[in-house]
Amino acid sequence: MHPIRKKRLTVVLFLLAGLSIAVGLTTYALRQNINLFYDPSQISAGEAPVDVRIRAGGMVQEGSVLRDPDTLKVEFLVTDYSASVPIEYVGILPDLFAEGQGIVAMGRLNSEGRFVADQVLAKHDENYMPPEVAGALEKASSAEGKPMPVNAKPATY
Amino acid sequence: MYPELGQLSLILALMLAVLLSVVPLVGSLTGRDNLQAFARPLTTGMFVFVGLAFAVLTHAFLTDDFSVAYVANNSNSMLPWYYKFSAVWGGHEGSLLLWILMLTGWTMAVAIFSRRLPAVMISQVLSVLGMVSVGFMLFIVMTSNPFDRLLPNVPADGADLNPLLQDFGLIVHPPMLYMGYVGFAVAFAFAIAALINGRLDAAWARWSRPWTTVAWAFLSVGIALGSWWAYYELGWGGWWFWDPVENASLLPWLAGTALMHSLAVTEKRGVFKSWTVLLAIVTFSLSLLGAFLVRSGVLTSVHAFASDPERGKFLLALLALTVLASLMLYAFRAPVVHVRSRYGSLSREIFLLLNNVLLVSATLLVAVGTLYPLVLDFFELGKISIGEPFFNLTFSPLAIATGLLLGAGTFSRWKKTDGGWLARKLLWPLAVSILLSTAVMVIYGGFKPWAFLGVFTAAWVTVTTFWDLWDKSSSKKGRVHGLKRQSRSYYGMVLGHLGLALTMAGATVVSNYGIERDVRMVPGDVAEVGDYQFRFVDIGERRGRNFTAQYGTFEVLRDGKHVAELHPEKRQYAVGMSVMTEADIDAGLFRDIFVAVGERISDNAWAIRLQYKPLIRWLWLGALFMAAGGFLAISDRRYRIRDRATEGSKSSPQPSSTQTDPRSTAGAVS
Repeated sequence: MHPIRKKRLTVVLFLLAGLSIAVGLTTYALRQNINLFYDPSQISAGEAPVDVRIRAGGMVQEGSVLRDPDTLKVEFLVTDYSASVPIEYVGILPDLFAEGQGIVAMGRLNSEGRFVADQVLAKHDENYMPPEVAGALEKASSAEGKPMPVNAKPATY
Repeated sequence: MYPELGQLSLILALMLAVLLSVVPLVGSLTGRDNLQAFARPLTTGMFVFVGLAFAVLTHAFLTDDFSVAYVANNSNSMLPWYYKFSAVWGGHEGSLLLWILMLTGWTMAVAIFSRRLPAVMISQVLSVLGMVSVGFMLFIVMTSNPFDRLLPNVPADGADLNPLLQDFGLIVHPPMLYMGYVGFAVAFAFAIAALINGRLDAAWARWSRPWTTVAWAFLSVGIALGSWWAYYELGWGGWWFWDPVENASLLPWLAGTALMHSLAVTEKRGVFKSWTVLLAIVTFSLSLLGAFLVRSGVLTSVHAFASDPERGKFLLALLALTVLASLMLYAFRAPVVHVRSRYGSLSREIFLLLNNVLLVSATLLVAVGTLYPLVLDFFELGKISIGEPFFNLTFSPLAIATGLLLGAGTFSRWKKTDGGWLARKLLWPLAVSILLSTAVMVIYGGFKPWAFLGVFTAAWVTVTTFWDLWDKSSSKKGRVHGLKRQSRSYYGMVLGHLGLALTMAGATVVSNYGIERDVRMVPGDVAEVGDYQFRFVDIGERRGRNFTAQYGTFEVLRDGKHVAELHPEKRQYAVGMSVMTEADIDAGLFRDIFVAVGERISDNAWAIRLQYKPLIRWLWLGALFMAAGGFLAISDRRYRIRDRATEGSKSSPQPSSTQTDPRSTAGAVS
């Protein structure tokens, strides 16, 4: 083969190899690491898969936080004001975690319908609400045709 | 009165920017020197008026003028002055103003330091920068005026700066980061100007190279500062979260790194021109994408500003306009490549091409992981998130491949490298690196495949870099003479590559051998973390300037010997009643000891996080090395020499560039 063509071919092959490795890795890793978001209504309606890593979010229900005095275990309810889901977590909660705050938790739903979280996220700005939570609240309130709770309006961003 | 002056100066700056983006460009296209002569005065005027607006806003903060809505929302009379000062960029409007100040500052710098450039080129570069400024100034004037007033109901005091931001990090992180983001606008402007006038040659590459390098150096420092800030302030000891906004800063960094390397090839060898121009466009577009992601409210992130959707639309339009216009220009004007083959299939050119392939793959990968959830959400196909494992799994192999390639490429020559010679050359570095990384495995107790690969790559980069320095500095007049003879840009490269090795070593070791424990402790308890014992001595109250804190005392021991006393805090801020965790860290070059207080579990029991973080400082030290390398490289005398291409590269001190083929600068532009 002509040396110039040969060199071009090498370049193209290198590029293709690099690209296909990247694409291969990406799709492989994507398939394993996509976490779907479910709101409390969907979870209590049984729409969320059991024992798959998912995200759940909503407002921490007032008066629902129960703390084990001897370990780092915490239990609380997360609600979108039409349904609520019990969440279990062992570890340190973020500073802005509080009753009445919007949170997002990562973890798995067990067969008893309890959500076992390995990560709980609350955002740093008290006016900022995770878009997922805002969306879930909006959906729940419009589904039932009742006005939204004042402190849960999604127009905070 | 002052705030209105600030707004007026912004509007004046906008008008000057409009003139700047039109007048010199028209002058350069029609060959009218009198119009081109406006480029520098207009630039100066634009910079001065933006500076004035910024000064006015700073004044409003320092004098607690709460009639200005932005000040009332982001400051408080109890703040110490330095936080009042940095609160100027603590929210959306002010940080945008800082962004614009830096953009006009870079434009000003181009006007000052490019006196030797041909008038046509400089007019067009300044005009393009003027266009970018128009975009951002329209944005701030139309959607995000920092000077809006709260009249007549002026609040008695401000709502306070978010406690997370009351930190040294806010003073340094955003300015550095923005310098980097915005600096790529200069590389972009050079690329667009070169496309407009068809002068896409080695000289163009040499002009835009130092600007790209400086922007990249700032961005490196900015990202590292962000990581360091997150580590001690909000991350509970994490240093990178693959948070979309972190990724938004990594994207232009990766593309910018690729751009630096391909600019080197274009300057030295006159090839890869179209690719280099495209990379310059892509890099700046990624900076704009970052601005859009942060400021549009589409993200769930610690960085997300609470903002309205109008802003997102505006920025998206700006991004789309920039990308479309530059790609159109690129499609019509980019050189048709009919470069004669001037490099072999094993040569420095090929190594740098592969470097670009890897870096661009990494950019794509991070972009996919960051944007895919947003795109799905936009089309209402479900709300998903892509977690850290995705990025760790895909990014690490690419980083390792890049490092391995770098080591081999260090010895390669332009045009042609003998494969057998290169292989023999690499044998010893290979042996030394294996030995080194094995030693590291032994020290940290335990072989882990990924850790070994990461450490090996870091060692490989270090060993080959020093080996090459040793080879190059051999001289009949002695080693010192040989070392002195090397150019600053070569030493810049050495520092940059050593920085990469440091960062890689730090990241690998801390991720694989760091220990993190969350425990429940009451005063008097002792907990073990690795070789260290943490004794919870007591916890009491402490009053700060604008907060009260639960103030813990921990004694850290190793083999019964005192190592450090640490005082983590849980702060309650008076305004807004927000709670903040202040970790305490015993920092060291080889390890950090980290204690943070979580929530109170019962009367005297607390949730405590204890951590041992080996080599974590190397991460940020590496970034400082890289930035130092960048600054060293641009001080090379090559960039101070007169700008005729062939002459410049002939008198360049590097032996490799004397091989520059005269044809390479002459042809290839359609």
